[in-house]
Amino acid sequence: MDIPRHWRLKKQRYALVGEVCEHCDAKLFPPRDICPECGEEAKTLFQFSGKGEVYSYTAVYEAPEGYAEQAPYTLAMVKLDEGPLITAQLTDLGAQKPAIGMPVEMVTRLLRSATDERGMLIYGYKFRPAVAQVA
Amino acid sequence: MSKVIIAGIGQTPVNEQWDVSLRELGLQAIEAAMQDAGGLRPTALYVGNMLAGTLSRQAHLGALLADFAGLIGIEAATIEAAGASAAMALRVGMLAVASGQVDAALVLGVEKLSDQVPAQVESALAMGSDTDYEAEQGLTLTAQAAMIAQRYMHEYKVPEYGLAGFPLTAHANGAHNPNAMFRKAVKPETYAKAGMVSAPLNMFDVAPNADGAAALLLTRADLLPSGFPHPLVEIAGSSAVTDTLALHDRPDPLTFNAARLSVERACAQAGILPKDVDLFELFDAFSIYSALSLEAAGFSPKGEGWKWAQDGAISLTGELPISTLGGLKARGFPGGATGAYQAVEAVLQLRGQAGGAQVKNAKTALVQSLGGPASTAVTHVLRITG
Ligand SMILES: [Zn+2]
Repeated sequence: MDIPRHWRLKKQRYALVGEVCEHCDAKLFPPRDICPECGEEAKTLFQFSGKGEVYSYTAVYEAPEGYAEQAPYTLAMVKLDEGPLITAQLTDLGAQKPAIGMPVEMVTRLLRSATDERGMLIYGYKFRPAVAQVA
Repeated sequence: MSKVIIAGIGQTPVNEQWDVSLRELGLQAIEAAMQDAGGLRPTALYVGNMLAGTLSRQAHLGALLADFAGLIGIEAATIEAAGASAAMALRVGMLAVASGQVDAALVLGVEKLSDQVPAQVESALAMGSDTDYEAEQGLTLTAQAAMIAQRYMHEYKVPEYGLAGFPLTAHANGAHNPNAMFRKAVKPETYAKAGMVSAPLNMFDVAPNADGAAALLLTRADLLPSGFPHPLVEIAGSSAVTDTLALHDRPDPLTFNAARLSVERACAQAGILPKDVDLFELFDAFSIYSALSLEAAGFSPKGEGWKWAQDGAISLTGELPISTLGGLKARGFPGGATGAYQAVEAVLQLRGQAGGAQVKNAKTALVQSLGGPASTAVTHVLRITG
């Protein structure tokens, strides 16, 4: 199901590739081709560092179809260091409680399980607590 | 130009109706609205629906319902704008009648959610978000609203039960609505003990999904049948506005900008200010939406909308009654049909037919429906006319 659609999204899902506007330098994720900041065309690819901080979060117990195996999980909005805000799950939290402002970094994980016999496993970005900087 | 009048209204109870099909639900509301309008026959049908294609495997609702209602031959089509579908259908009906091309437009909101299990319904409702970048991350509309609430309460130092007044008011009002899903007031202690759905939202902060259909029959004032039995309610203002589809694409996710613009435009058309209205049927799918909608409409500065939930200011006898017949919380949330219920309820208030939930001397009502977190906002001003 939807194989071409997921294939088209692989740069975004696996490598957080968005765009940079050559006119005003705004960094865009997801890619959207017309810069929302200045209205000009923005088609130059830009790879994000994958570092950012938690803007908000919640816990999902009643998961939508295809996500039940992962429930309960922590969903968040993450403010990337380069500017954009994105929606993604938090992972590898261990005993740590999520918090607004928590520094996080991107990892690739299983996003969704197969929901029928033709279904595919979808992998993509999630965020984990940033590994502490070595002084 | 002759005024566009809401001549007839009809609704089914909002509930899980396993013994009633999508088409039967629609027919019940259509028949009630046509009867209420004194037998006026529609010449067009605009159906507000979000999920029949996904949950009932049924597209082409215009032809289906015109056929099933004995109206073969009229113009008919579906209008979809997620949770604002029926409100958008009302706007399309208004435009059609105002243009002179259509003499009597039937607007039907209909949604059948109970045929599928909750996980499927949540997935289907999440299709109204950005599938590639929101839903695919495991987002539901409830989880998204929880994240808005979490950030809002953090940024504006809202106390733990600061939003409780919204669902408590809605449930107190719903007790007077025979079509509401929940007809019992809820005590603050019960709210405080309720199970968390997605923190900080508990089960009372989330409107319950249900089946329902509501209809409105529109015509021009000069085409009303003689001896028309009701006080005349006109559509005095109407505006639909979009924002970014994905919440994360907004400069400020805590501002419902489309809701603000659509209120300003609808009120300007009606020649009023928001503060002139006697009641506000807002889209309280989640308690936090009520706070943000009040701010967007200009009733509070940013970050202070939650304060309306204190001290009865939004009760039936308060300064600004909201969710007067239970809102989405107590009446229930029939997906894309919701906007038709909100408009029908406002008409009941303006006609003085709201029973125990009647707002005294209600002359003007503001009615607003949202698709997602105000990715679409549709606002109408309804008022009693001479
Ligand atoms: Zn730009």
